[in-house]
Amino acid sequence: MSERQEFLLDGEEVPFIPGQTVLQAALSAGRYIPHLCYHPEFKPHGSCKVCTVKSGGRTHASCTLPARAGLEVDSATEEMNQLRRTLVQMLFAEGNHFCPSCEKSGNCALQALGYDLGLTHAGFRHFFPDRPVDASHPSLLLDFNRCILCELCVRASAEVDGKNIFSLSGRGIGKHLIVNAASGRLADTGIAATDKSVAVCPVGVILKKRVGFAVPIGKRRYDERPISAQALEDAPRPPAATAIQETQ
Amino acid sequence: MSEPVEKKLRLATTSLAGCFGCHMSFLDIDERLLELLPFIEFDRTPLTDIKHCGPCDIGLVEGGVCNAENVHVLREFRKNCKLLVALGACAATGGLPAQRNHLDLADCLQEVYVTEASLSRGGIPNDPELPLPLDKVHPIHEVVKVDYFVPGCPPSGDAIWKFLTDLLAGRSPKLGHGLISYD
Ligand code: SF4
Ligand code: SF4
Ligand code: FES
Repeated sequence: MSERQEFLLDGEEVPFIPGQTVLQAALSAGRYIPHLCYHPEFKPHGSCKVCTVKSGGRTHASCTLPARAGLEVDSATEEMNQLRRTLVQMLFAEGNHFCPSCEKSGNCALQALGYDLGLTHAGFRHFFPDRPVDASHPSLLLDFNRCILCELCVRASAEVDGKNIFSLSGRGIGKHLIVNAASGRLADTGIAATDKSVAVCPVGVILKKRVGFAVPIGKRRYDERPISAQALEDAPRPPAATAIQETQ
Repeated sequence: MSEPVEKKLRLATTSLAGCFGCHMSFLDIDERLLELLPFIEFDRTPLTDIKHCGPCDIGLVEGGVCNAENVHVLREFRKNCKLLVALGACAATGGLPAQRNHLDLADCLQEVYVTEASLSRGGIPNDPELPLPLDKVHPIHEVVKVDYFVPGCPPSGDAIWKFLTDLLAGRSPKLGHGLISYD
């Protein structure tokens, strides 16, 4: 294995293994950088931009920025956090995030990130999209109006489940999640409630039926500890040897 | 909080397309309401009998904007309050009432007042006394400038307490972890 090298994150040395991205190395070293579309089990995607850091006078998505020895990276700055706040606000304004009636509330990464960043409102005019839910499947439900287009379900369905059930379709603000069936209905696919694509959705789009609101308030995932604390637990910790194959 | 101040801050509150839950959550500060009273004086609020909002320091607005009367009340509040606060999810985002935004308004009225078998006698109300509904529900910041947002459906009594005591102490209100909630 190659020897360990280091880069500077907010002035502190972070070791990395060549092939790791800045975000992977940071998480492995126990240093949190906010992120949404990155998941330690999947290839980086680069759509949410919440992981943006500054290096060499410009901004980069840290989930796709390869770690290099001597790189100087600023993440926990007011400038970067303000940018992240705006990005998360854009996601809230873009969808119908009515948390008070969403069964993902308390277990939702977008919401938890909003709490962590101290967001009190979406700050933009709400889009109020109108995409009918798909309740055709006996055990699963899709609410497309909460989708943040992270493609985790697309990646999980293709790479883990081997079923290719989801895709993103359309352009610009019209871009949206679709179901890969001639009818477009989830019932006409081979999806199962135990699939990785179901488990991986960070927000309240892909939901299992008849299990909503089962967990008492106070016991939900992000009730007790902020997402910044838990993201570190999810990440592969050193030596993160597996990260190399996964990102190549 | 210590000595009563010479000039009390004037506080107005209102519920637009709200459910009064944010007001109930305000009352959930319980006996701390008595601690607050030496420092504030209520203007127009559902808790007093004052009919119009006069010059105030703080206006707390619960509920989104769903009809013409809401717009008038909201503008009156903005004109008279130095600080206007969106209290709760409805004021901040439109809230659950905004789930009607993907429906056609005429269809909604038709369904409730005409089609629905158990209610169908009277037809759609058509008296000028009644404010016309807007075709969509809006968060209040789409109608007037808002100075602060206190999210939650409703915000907890503790969040409202923290917010008000910060303001009274002359601090920029800061809701830390556990006090910001969207649900
Ligand atoms: S998906 Fe998350 S942010 Fe959106 S409504 Fe549900 S809990 Fe709220
Ligand atoms: S459905 Fe969920 S996992 Fe799939 S793209 Fe949308 S937010 Fe991401
Ligand atoms: S985590 Fe890097 S762009 Fe989403």
